[in-house]
Amino acid sequence: MHFRGLTRWRPLEVVFWLCTLLPFVLTPSYLSLASQIAITALFALSLDLILGYAGIVSLGHAAFFGFGAYTAGLIAKHYWTEPLSALLIAGLSAGILGYALSHIVVRFRHLALIMLTMGFGLLLAEAANSAHAITGGADGLQGFRVPGVLGFRFDMFGRTAYAFALAVLFLCFLICRRIIHSPFGLALRGIRENATRMPAIGAPSQAHLRKAYTIAAVMAGLAGAVLTQTTSTVSLETLSFGRSADVLVILILGGAGRLYGGILGAVIYMVARDQFSGVSPQYWYFWIGLVLVAVVMFLPNGILGGLNAFYKKAQ
Amino acid sequence: MLSSAAGVLFDGFAYGMLLFLLSVGLSVTLGMMNFVNLAHCSFAMVGAYATMTLVGNWGWPFLATLPVAFIDAAVVALILERIFFRRLYRASDLDQCLLTIGIVFISIAAYAWFYTTEQQSVRIPDWLQGSWHAGALAFAHYRVFLIVFGLAITALLIFGIERTRWGAQVRAAVDNQRMARGLGIDVDRAFMFTFALGGGLAGLGGALSIQMVGLDPTFALTYLVYVLIVVAIGGLGSIGGSFVAAIVLGISDMAGKYYFPWLGAFLIYLVMVGLLMWRPLGLFGKR
Repeated sequence: MHFRGLTRWRPLEVVFWLCTLLPFVLTPSYLSLASQIAITALFALSLDLILGYAGIVSLGHAAFFGFGAYTAGLIAKHYWTEPLSALLIAGLSAGILGYALSHIVVRFRHLALIMLTMGFGLLLAEAANSAHAITGGADGLQGFRVPGVLGFRFDMFGRTAYAFALAVLFLCFLICRRIIHSPFGLALRGIRENATRMPAIGAPSQAHLRKAYTIAAVMAGLAGAVLTQTTSTVSLETLSFGRSADVLVILILGGAGRLYGGILGAVIYMVARDQFSGVSPQYWYFWIGLVLVAVVMFLPNGILGGLNAFYKKAQ
Repeated sequence: MLSSAAGVLFDGFAYGMLLFLLSVGLSVTLGMMNFVNLAHCSFAMVGAYATMTLVGNWGWPFLATLPVAFIDAAVVALILERIFFRRLYRASDLDQCLLTIGIVFISIAAYAWFYTTEQQSVRIPDWLQGSWHAGALAFAHYRVFLIVFGLAITALLIFGIERTRWGAQVRAAVDNQRMARGLGIDVDRAFMFTFALGGGLAGLGGALSIQMVGLDPTFALTYLVYVLIVVAIGGLGSIGGSFVAAIVLGISDMAGKYYFPWLGAFLIYLVMVGLLMWRPLGLFGKR
């Protein structure tokens, strides 16, 4: 049935993932930017799972990103510097936080939901700021160094860092792809469209939403942990409202609910920021604002949605 | 101890008045059209910068600039409503959030371009400076003025909502928009006026707040959180609710800063999250 047709890998997808290897050869001096992009793409992918597929609008998703980042940083600073186990623990702890919060979040909709997710994000950021003894407060967490992963050292060009970030992104992408094409993923989309009708056909809305929220929290935590391990520092910015807003912009720009939307958005956003912010960092947000207005008014489904519509029309 | 508590109450009340002026427009427009307007504090910024420019560069007296701040912000709100917002009344919460946060970003960058990112101040008349002393208590003239002014505006607003034709239309539209349309009320027109009025009040609040909290281009984002808290706690479309919520928030914020300075904004966010979990529709929300 069409189920199987959806899960088959299309040639364009294979080409896309092969292209992610190009920075190694084409732009070796931009590899640290490339790993930033991969981390941001993973973060956006995790938001896509709850916003694009399950329809939970979150203005505080950075809470999980920052929680993972700080967990990985604390492990590296006080215990051990082996990254893979720390990565797993960071993801798990972010997942536990997500599971705890999911019980509250799934009960609300509309403005209360947006305000609550934002409130939790702000609370966590304030807590990290106040707990100076543990997190380093506004100075951030410093004084540790993750030497390498699986015997490869993190070099100054960021080759290992990019390979590491890309591998984590690809693995999480595979899991996401599997999830959204499973019956569970279809049920999530059903809940997004109508949360009260889905229980009638045997899909418990709140339990499904809790699961999706927890999985997204794990992935956001992983993204944060990779950032910590590749840059050897954690700043308060990982928990900030700005990061939550940025990732939302990225996802909407690329196209929510489309799996590749967050990744495409991350590539465009990060490259544009790298190019423009050198010219006038202060006015970067002017362009972001303009893009947001334009996307909402003219491209309601993001770039991927627009391309899709154009492609269908051309056919 | 007692006098410090009275001082906190007084300062918090004055601060709450500001928050009320800033947020009441958003509360009513949200209640009428369910339009999530995150750009509300950008209107406040329009009014604040208008006052600052008129006083600082053109030498106008402070009080004379207040009507200009109101009209300026109202006109900007009206224009944005006609061009952008009216197209999105039926769109999802997310689209509305994104469009308006985009406008916030643009306004911040635009004001940073014209006025730099420096903290601005405004010169207020001599008779508003200084304070009255009663024992150990000090009542700053400006804060007394704020409270009197805020109460007067509130009375006017309540009179308008309760006693005028426009007010009746607004109340009907907040209660049940579809029914109001069915009765022949031009909800879009009433909404347009309400939106402009709400924007104007925010502009007034912005102009009055320069003296108390300063002004820089991030104002639109910093105070957005406070305004949203007031609206979310007070309940949509409820003027009385907004008033109580603004006063409670103003006093608890002042008390938090005075008694628990190390907690920072943590206390405010905790109050917001707790109240929202308890009453998701706000303390006075009907729907």
